[in-house]
Amino acid sequence: MKVSYNWLKQYLKLDMPAKDLAEKIERTAVEVDSVTLGETGLKKLVVGHILTMSNHPESDHLHICSVDVGEDTPLQIVCGAPNVAAGQKVIVALPNSRIGGNVKIKRSKMRGVESEGMICALDEIGFSKDVVPKEWADGIYVFDDNVPVGEPVYHYLGMDDPIIDLDVTPNRGDMLSIIGTVHELAAIYDQHPEIKQPVVNEDDSIDAANEISATADEQLAKTYKLRVIKDVKVAPSPSWLQITLWNAGIRPINNVVDVTNYILLKYGQPLHSFDQDKINGNIVVRNAHQGEKLTTLDEDEQELSPEDIVIADDAQPIALAGVMGGLNTQISDQTQNVVIESAIFDSFHIRKTAQRHVLHSEAAQRFERGINPDGVEDAINEAAALIHQLAGGKVAKGIVTASDYHPALPVIAITADRANHVLGTTLTIDEIQSIFDRLGFTSVKQGEGLAVTIPARRWDIHIDADLFEEIARIYGYDNLPATLPTGRQTIGVLTATQRLERASRQILEGIGLTQAISYSLTTAEKARMFLMRASEETKLLWPMTQDHTTLRMNLLSGLLDDVAYNHAHKVDDVALYEIGRVFYKDSADQIRPEEVEHVAGVITGNLTDPSWNNHVKPVDFFVMKGMVHQFIVNLGIKGDIEYVAADHYPEMHPGRTADILIHGHQVGFIGQIHPRIAKQFKVKETYAFELNMQALIDLPKNDDQYQPIAKYPSIKRDISMIVDSNVTNDQVVAVMQKRGGAYLHGIRLFDVYEGKNVPDGKKSMAYSLTYVNPRETLKDEVVNTAFEKIKKRLTADLNAEIR
Amino acid sequence: MSLRDQLSEIKENGLANISQAADLKTLNEIRVHLLGKKGPITAALRGIKELTPEERPQVGSYANKIRDAITTAVAAQRDRLEARQLNAQLAAEKIDVTLPGKPVAQGQPHVIQQIIDQIVDLFLGMGYEVLTGPEVEEDKYNFEMMNLPKNHPARDMQDTFYLSKEILMRTQTSPMQARALEKHDFSKGPLKMISPGIVYRRDTDDPTHSHQFHQVEGLVIDEHITMADLKGTLITMAQNIFGDKFDIRLRPSYFPFTEPSVEVDVTCFNCMGKGCDVCKHTGWIEVLGAGMVHPNVLKMAGVDASIYGGFAFGVGPDRFAMLKYGVDDIRDFYLNDVRFLNQFSKRGN
Ligand SMILES: [Zn+2]
Repeated sequence: MKVSYNWLKQYLKLDMPAKDLAEKIERTAVEVDSVTLGETGLKKLVVGHILTMSNHPESDHLHICSVDVGEDTPLQIVCGAPNVAAGQKVIVALPNSRIGGNVKIKRSKMRGVESEGMICALDEIGFSKDVVPKEWADGIYVFDDNVPVGEPVYHYLGMDDPIIDLDVTPNRGDMLSIIGTVHELAAIYDQHPEIKQPVVNEDDSIDAANEISATADEQLAKTYKLRVIKDVKVAPSPSWLQITLWNAGIRPINNVVDVTNYILLKYGQPLHSFDQDKINGNIVVRNAHQGEKLTTLDEDEQELSPEDIVIADDAQPIALAGVMGGLNTQISDQTQNVVIESAIFDSFHIRKTAQRHVLHSEAAQRFERGINPDGVEDAINEAAALIHQLAGGKVAKGIVTASDYHPALPVIAITADRANHVLGTTLTIDEIQSIFDRLGFTSVKQGEGLAVTIPARRWDIHIDADLFEEIARIYGYDNLPATLPTGRQTIGVLTATQRLERASRQILEGIGLTQAISYSLTTAEKARMFLMRASEETKLLWPMTQDHTTLRMNLLSGLLDDVAYNHAHKVDDVALYEIGRVFYKDSADQIRPEEVEHVAGVITGNLTDPSWNNHVKPVDFFVMKGMVHQFIVNLGIKGDIEYVAADHYPEMHPGRTADILIHGHQVGFIGQIHPRIAKQFKVKETYAFELNMQALIDLPKNDDQYQPIAKYPSIKRDISMIVDSNVTNDQVVAVMQKRGGAYLHGIRLFDVYEGKNVPDGKKSMAYSLTYVNPRETLKDEVVNTAFEKIKKRLTADLNAEIR
Repeated sequence: MSLRDQLSEIKENGLANISQAADLKTLNEIRVHLLGKKGPITAALRGIKELTPEERPQVGSYANKIRDAITTAVAAQRDRLEARQLNAQLAAEKIDVTLPGKPVAQGQPHVIQQIIDQIVDLFLGMGYEVLTGPEVEEDKYNFEMMNLPKNHPARDMQDTFYLSKEILMRTQTSPMQARALEKHDFSKGPLKMISPGIVYRRDTDDPTHSHQFHQVEGLVIDEHITMADLKGTLITMAQNIFGDKFDIRLRPSYFPFTEPSVEVDVTCFNCMGKGCDVCKHTGWIEVLGAGMVHPNVLKMAGVDASIYGGFAFGVGPDRFAMLKYGVDDIRDFYLNDVRFLNQFSKRGN
């Protein structure tokens, strides 16, 4: 709500700069979007009087004007506006002035004729085209005759009035009005403004009840009131009213419509005016019928739904209640008889209607937030009085009331103890009462506390907590002490799961992976890649973009998006991990997915930058495997870790992928991204893993025990063999472990070779075996015997040729 | 020449040779020569039998002194030569210490994670527990139990991704308030919790909006928790995350689940409160929302609002990170450009 500082000053004694006032409002009531002054940035704009005007000899639309600007000699100004005429008082930009958009005006020649400045239209001096009245939209602005020549124009256009734009929260609908804002400021500055009741001079010879009748569904309109004004003369509003409206961001239309908008600003009560002669019969407030249509004032045809509230006459809808009037009954220049409506429409319906028709009008905004039931009649009375004053005519006697609503004022009991208990203050009951006095809430002492009566204009206050807020903000949040909670002690510790997750991050970062956080919402296609279990997709009902329609069922597709982004920005080396949720559904009927924590990683390119002493090798499967393995080892999960060749992931390289099993439980997979998928994502050769983090958390962990370091020396034996190419390391190691004897302590593969000097279909493998006896020094003979046994078994079981 | 004089001459010559020895090999040869069985001292001492029995022990002990002097001189010269050799070696080993070190592979925590961890650690220290909850929520927890019934206008403040009429992507971490309140046994002690997590809004991504971002919810409920406690807690958090020079201020606001409700501003990072374009010349920047838990929220979760009450707050780690580091586009957090992520390698925040 754009609030005029000058308007507030009509009620309150305020002499601080507008900026200070705005800050006070912000700290005590609602946020302030901006404080603006129309004249800011303008220079040397004065009222000029066009003495004479002649046609430009070289142009068919330019005029040469002689303009009195209060100097000794008039200025010669060339003007091309279609509405310029001798005798007008106009906005003159003097030579070396500055107009809107920071444009400088200088003496110039226009088609050979000197022009000492410029005669301006409103939008040329900074007005938004949205608020310029139609009559001045296509030409220069013309002042009333009584404006003094030579004076700066700002005051006469309201541009010297600071405008404070309030960002009113949904609960403070009362501040969408000047009177509401005045009440608020009165509390802040402890003043007692006088707000006069309007007085209407009714014409006893005309009875409103004979002019029109109205019925209303009270569910739709708790209050519905009409007044009738006969024989008005529709004309432009006086400049004070036009200024008031355009400073509030509303375009002046005519003296009837402008009055209704003025009342909207002043009371926060939206009014609507109908041309009485265009209404067929009686008025009814009802739900729209299916299929009904209404062309609203913005000349759009609205398809109405039964959830819309309409004002209808005997024939058709004539207004979309509380949102926008109908074109069929709008006030025109020919209108003679006016019906004014002041009502309270149901906020929920209005909100839905405004959303459905995308009509967030000033009226709709107010009905959505609520209306002061005590202001409905004042508003319609003041509107009638003002129309009578500005447009003449006769105000028919009486108000036609279809429905009426005067709720009992709530009385809330509070004590100082309770207020201090909640706020942490030490206020006395008298101090609290004085705050309510300032707010204009009647309060009476009741036992230890107060019974506070809430005026109708503060319909946001229902319970004691609401009053504590009023106390706190008027007392001032700055005055609140700052303490920390006391009371019973609590222990702040991470849960086992949280500790494991934090440890996981530290391990993965230590290994060289950087944490990524990717989007959980992705495309349906990416969501279902890299599936570790069967699952249906979880889709949004109304996605915002095609890129984010479906909840991910894997982390890898997001990480591949990240790799692609890096590649697209010329970063070839990427090493990322992510811990996050994936979302599974067992069946399409299931609406709410199961959320499972996963961990995934990707590496591509080099792990470190090549350097003068760092001869890097691009990552491969085994670099990734080393990382994953270390990660799992660090988590201390009980049981063997197995890597089982897996060719069943469509998005993974079928020959370079393994399922990862711990103690027989599958926890995830590792491998190279399938080249087809890599191409699709536009990523280079990339290695990846994805694990079920929850499974890692849930699996039993090793006991916290250490193995003493053997005191006796170990003995090493190297073994080299030729085996068939398809014999795996796991097979070799299994034989060694099974047949290695009691003292075989470690098996380390130190060479694998295929090629020259090794027959086709064969490969050479070399292992280093370590034997230790923790209880005594091992004898060579013992080791030799054990070693020979292994050789024999390798030969027998794997057809190995020992070298 | 007397035997004694002969020995003196051997000594003089020997010591001179030792001090002139240029390397260890020469020095060793000199030593072996002087002290050996075929050396000059042994040779000279053959003449000892010519001396009187009284003279013999004196010359004998003089010869021993000379041997000691030579041994000492050889050791001293060896030390000198060894030191010279080492120095020569060290001089030859000189490197250009300005050559770059060998690159080390090191991963970084995501900057938002760092902020979350910092908040979590602070509140753990103050006795809070850390709770996490579902990202796919029921309307009941996300809205209704947060005092936002179906037709509440404030629902429009948060555009929501729905999966069905009742199931949605949580728009805030506040549903964890309701979930925690429902479960907590107040006979065992107060509820003090924070809940970090991802939230979703039906927003178009732009420099200041993201359809996915983070929140950390905070909630303290006990028999006597005040708004002053809220203020003190928030000051503690602001100073812990941003620095001791930062102050906060509370402004009235509106959230359906708190009453009173406040927006919390922190001293402007750019101008430290003097006023600048970043803070619209107020010296303050809005960072979070907070308030005293609305009695309806307590009642709906089955907590007796006449006995228990407290405060709640919601922090945006994305916003904190943007302010703290001057990041001007929230989308940077979710693109995972490694050049961006690896910048946040400063530890010990
Ligand atoms: Zn600033």
